[in-house]
Amino acid sequence: MNPSLYHLIENPSQTEALVIRGGRVIDPTLGRDGLFDVLIAEGRIQAIETPGHISSDRAPRTIDASGHWVLPGFIDLHVHLREPGLEYKETIETGTRAAAAGGFSAVACMANTQPVNDSPIITSYIREKARAHASARVHIIGAVTQGLKGEELAEIGGMVAEGALALSDDGMPVMNSLIMRRAMEYARGFGVPIISHAEDSNLVNGGVVNESSLSQELGLPGNPAAAEEILVAREIALCRLTKSPVHIAHLSTEIAIEHVRRAKEAGLPVTAEASPHHLTLTEEAVRSLDTNFKMAPPLRSERDVEALRKAVSEGVVDILATDHAPHGQSDKECEFAAAANGILGLQTAAPLTHELVMQGLIPLQRWIEGWTAKPARLLGLETGTLRVGAPADITVFDPGARWQLQKGDLLSKSLNSPFLGWTLQGRAVATLAGGVVTYLHEPLKKSHSKKR
Amino acid sequence: MVHRLRNPSLLSIADLTRDEVQFLFRAAQSLSESFHRNETVPLLAGRTLAQLFFENSTRTRLSFETAIRRLGAGTLTFTASTSSLSKGESLLDTIRNLEAFRPDAFIVRHGASASVLHLATKTNRPLINAGDGTREHPTQALLDAFTLQQKWGTLEGKTVLILGDILHSRVARSNTRLLKLLGARVLYCGPGSLLPSNPAVLGADAATSQIDSVLPEADAVMCLRIQRERQNSPTIPSLQEYARFFGLTSERAKRLKPDAWILHPGPVNRGVEVSPELADGPSSLILEQVSNGVPMRMAILAALLNPGGLARHLDASPLSSGDSSS
Repeated sequence: MNPSLYHLIENPSQTEALVIRGGRVIDPTLGRDGLFDVLIAEGRIQAIETPGHISSDRAPRTIDASGHWVLPGFIDLHVHLREPGLEYKETIETGTRAAAAGGFSAVACMANTQPVNDSPIITSYIREKARAHASARVHIIGAVTQGLKGEELAEIGGMVAEGALALSDDGMPVMNSLIMRRAMEYARGFGVPIISHAEDSNLVNGGVVNESSLSQELGLPGNPAAAEEILVAREIALCRLTKSPVHIAHLSTEIAIEHVRRAKEAGLPVTAEASPHHLTLTEEAVRSLDTNFKMAPPLRSERDVEALRKAVSEGVVDILATDHAPHGQSDKECEFAAAANGILGLQTAAPLTHELVMQGLIPLQRWIEGWTAKPARLLGLETGTLRVGAPADITVFDPGARWQLQKGDLLSKSLNSPFLGWTLQGRAVATLAGGVVTYLHEPLKKSHSKKR
Repeated sequence: MVHRLRNPSLLSIADLTRDEVQFLFRAAQSLSESFHRNETVPLLAGRTLAQLFFENSTRTRLSFETAIRRLGAGTLTFTASTSSLSKGESLLDTIRNLEAFRPDAFIVRHGASASVLHLATKTNRPLINAGDGTREHPTQALLDAFTLQQKWGTLEGKTVLILGDILHSRVARSNTRLLKLLGARVLYCGPGSLLPSNPAVLGADAATSQIDSVLPEADAVMCLRIQRERQNSPTIPSLQEYARFFGLTSERAKRLKPDAWILHPGPVNRGVEVSPELADGPSSLILEQVSNGVPMRMAILAALLNPGGLARHLDASPLSSGDSSS
């Protein structure tokens, strides 16, 4: 068997040198924005020079990036790769192929697998599977509590020793505040942050759409914004108490955003993310009763969406993350209330959020940081930057591409995207991780071929 | 040189000055020699001491009992287990009833913090704290520091690492106070969920969860028991994970200085806080701690209840070895 891309990413001496020529290099960490050539060898960025100054002798391969943006490799902090146990929805192999095609050099995978990733043995299983099959870096998120039950702490130290970089009971919030406090204190000792899917599950009470006049009109059980606001406020209170870092996943309500804003103003180690769907869609989409608009937290009001865009533009919400949640046909083709929560995100995330940049709603620098430096900082990675010497995790993005998303484009094992048929603005045309080309858009393949 | 204690009771290490501690150590050293010759030193002949153990104890209770007998006194022992402050009234009733037996002093252990302090305000008899919730355990700290001083001559400039469940440990709190009083440096190490939020308030110089980084600094490691009975919710994932990341194993002990000592107040969860090889090995002071408990407690009781007699005893039996006076 050929070595997997991930194997190459981890063993960069086996990769060939490469020049990315003529692109607009934008790196907020260095304040760099201009036309440059980027030389990559042994998995790292070796030089960034004005165009034409890197001799082709130094690298046998070239990617022609003229007209494109050359950005730090995108990192998706919030992905469900479903392996082990739910391989009918997604595998590490298919999920990371979708990631690479979406411009992601790296993903962080959530712990709600079967069995749950709550012990070192499962963490090492995921790591080894990624080594064998992944096309992106796979960062592992361990569970906070055993079996995501919110009762006993998971084997946090053991998972961290096997490589877990963060902890989350995503989707099954830890409702007992004392357990959450202990988890934060214990996790801090191992240097990993806790990521909270902040919804009070008692108050959610089976709600499937945002609780509003629309939910009443549609006759669907509502999930009130208060459920999110309460748990966001609690996580911040526990952060203040324990001084342990906490990251709020997929923030979606105006008031919850205000909680985060105040916590940051107080200097607490709180970070937050927004998902492309919460930034793009309002609850009105649910009128179609298409279960691909069902997610947790639910799509919110227009006012919430505007507040979220503003929060991203101001950096109150620092991180962009997909919550890529693949589901099989049987999970989604059913009555709305019974349908699984969540949608695909990896291949639509960059274009959908780029659209907000185009519309002037989010500054370009925030967009880049949100997908790169900010998640890198949370996970303690040395990627997320184009600094010379850093690992060559790079996304080449064509901002001018206009394309319509078709089923055939989706590399995920599932098809649950509400954006099928949408015309999208911009796309990743090349993705690198550790100097390994993990994705190359068809038209670029010619220029990449070896010149000898 | 100090020959007596200022306070009639021993409730906290804070009751003691450095000179008083050294006086107790001199007395303990002298009484230790009598103890090891199996001699009774009848400084408290004819007295009666009431032991009130509202919380389980093996070592401390038997240690006090032995100390009392070796001083020629009688003992009146009350044991009960209670886990809640709601029994506050029966606690008071108990001590008043026992007062009717006219004991010369009370030795009290209770699971609820500050209950021993509370009782001290309700009786005019001397009271010795034998373990007060998660607050203090001064006699344990005294015997631990005495054991170390026997080995080192002085604690000045030494570094003691207290390892494990600091948060729930009265032993850690009393020891920190006393070790600092005697000039030692105190480091804490344990899971984040078992470390105090502000270790400086307790007197510790630093706290960390990174055991491998602090072991090389330690002249002694004091392992603490994982006190599941004081935890009303899980603070660690499992004893296995605790042992893996915070247990003192032979492998990990290689990072220690070659002459570092290992202590444990007991009871030891073998293979959890400390490996059996280390607990039974040449660096272990665990059994010396237990045996030093008797002369240390004899010294405390004699100093509180018959200071004149103790002074005469010390004058009559100059120390033959291990003089720790300074």
